[in-house]
Amino acid sequence: MTEHVVIIGGGTGGTVLANDLADRLEPELDAGDVRVTLVNDDSEHVYKPVWLYVPFGQREPDDGRRPLDDLVDDAVDLRIDRVTGIDTESQRLRFSGGAPPVGYDYLVLATGSTLEPDQIPGLAEGGYNFYSESGATDLRDEFLEFTEGELVLSVIGTPHMCPAAPLEFVFMADDWLRERGLREAVDITYTYPIQRVHGNPHIAEWARPLMEERDIQVETFFNAESIDPEAETITSMEGTELDYDLLVTIPPHGGVDLIEEAGLGDDGWVDVDKHTLEAEAAENVYALGDTADTGVPNAGSVAHYQAGVVGQRLASEIRGRPATATYDGKTLCFIETGMDAASFVEFDYENPPSPAPPSEKLHWSKLAYNESYWLTARGLL
Amino acid sequence: MTDIDHDETVDARGAACPGPLMDLIGTVRSSESGDVIRLLSDNEQSLTDVPEWAEKAGNELLAVEEFDDYNAFYVEKA
Ligand SMILES: Cc1cc2nc3c(=O)[nH]c(=O)nc-3n(C[C@H](O)[C@H](O)[C@H](O)COP(=O)(O)OP(=O)(O)OC[C@H]3O[C@@H](n4cnc5c(N)ncnc54)[C@H](O)[C@@H]3O)c2cc1C
Repeated sequence: MTEHVVIIGGGTGGTVLANDLADRLEPELDAGDVRVTLVNDDSEHVYKPVWLYVPFGQREPDDGRRPLDDLVDDAVDLRIDRVTGIDTESQRLRFSGGAPPVGYDYLVLATGSTLEPDQIPGLAEGGYNFYSESGATDLRDEFLEFTEGELVLSVIGTPHMCPAAPLEFVFMADDWLRERGLREAVDITYTYPIQRVHGNPHIAEWARPLMEERDIQVETFFNAESIDPEAETITSMEGTELDYDLLVTIPPHGGVDLIEEAGLGDDGWVDVDKHTLEAEAAENVYALGDTADTGVPNAGSVAHYQAGVVGQRLASEIRGRPATATYDGKTLCFIETGMDAASFVEFDYENPPSPAPPSEKLHWSKLAYNESYWLTARGLL
Repeated sequence: MTDIDHDETVDARGAACPGPLMDLIGTVRSSESGDVIRLLSDNEQSLTDVPEWAEKAGNELLAVEEFDDYNAFYVEKA
């Protein structure tokens, strides 16, 4: 009997996993003992880290898009469709547009994050973001013309994709405005929901003095409650009000609705064992990347490592061997600290991060990684 | 044992910092003024995070109940 592995989501985690399985299970796939299906609701794969550079006019959204067909091994069945329901009892999936349901033996959820701007009144009208393609280009159009006033970056809630990106944005904006002789005319304020500037205390401790040095104002314990686009103010639940001329937000995030509907976790994040990545609430279901609630950052590097673990575990299970591979929380992150310098952190469940001194070399490493990402997605790197 | 009535419980046991505080803030956000939220957390950091945030936000921390391996915080939304 053919064992059917279905992966939902052809972003970083799902694509790396599909290619990993094509490689690892080549004999079984050739013999028709295994089938791997990758379902994605867009025929193109999107590499989101490119969006950080779009507002500065340094990259175009198209630099972060490639046809999935070009990235995914031919041994994988690629299906461009949206999954609309998961029944973990009968191990079946429903699709949009009334296509017949499909059964699975193993299911992997790699559905990523969804932006939920509507949670905050006024956010959709008043706030810009670089967390979506259209957001990044809208912000670019505004930012390139911005020459004076109050620039506020507000992190609204966690978890959100790439916890380093808000820091990167203000560091880059500071440097970019300095280079253009505009920094004196622009005040930069960074807000964060808890009492420090980043969720991870070690990164927060490192970033805070850098922000002071660079004259970036900080408002902690700032949980945006509402935005008044007319008056150009943002107000927090804690009662602080800030004026802005240009507001950049990290909008609230959630997972996809079908996860909650399937009883796999709250807010669209799948409750998993943080080492095995197996769903807590159902058999034969894994989750990886942003959607897996492991407490580590929502980062592409995490999705990449987790895909390797799930690939090994699935191959073992399919071959009737005990699955022994586990995820240790490994996370890698480059953090841009300006337009031509970056830091780097590496950490896991046991070992905290210790940010490297910013250097030009690390900045180029980040750009080089962005270019070589397409090899990662193909499973070559 | 406290016998404070509460409108909602947020079970953040097992979540890494700042998960419990963010879960509490999320629930307070969607609650009505006067609602009492009970937060369960086994994260040590919550013992400082939660009182600090409650004070800053003007919400009242009614009680902290200590159990063997977690704490229960009762927060009333202002
Ligand atoms: C501005 C920005 C900068 C970033 N920078 C970095 C960085 O420098 N380093 C880093 O490591 N990470 C970075 N990230 C984070 C990184 O992009 C994400 O963490 C990563 O993409 C997560 O991978 P994933 O596979 O979990 O989800 P995604 O890559 O988001 O893929 C999810 C896929 O699932 C599809 N999907 C969802 N629901 C369905 C459905 N029902 N049916 C079919 N398909 C569905 C989506 O369309 C999408 O293609 C950044 C993110 C942003 C926004």
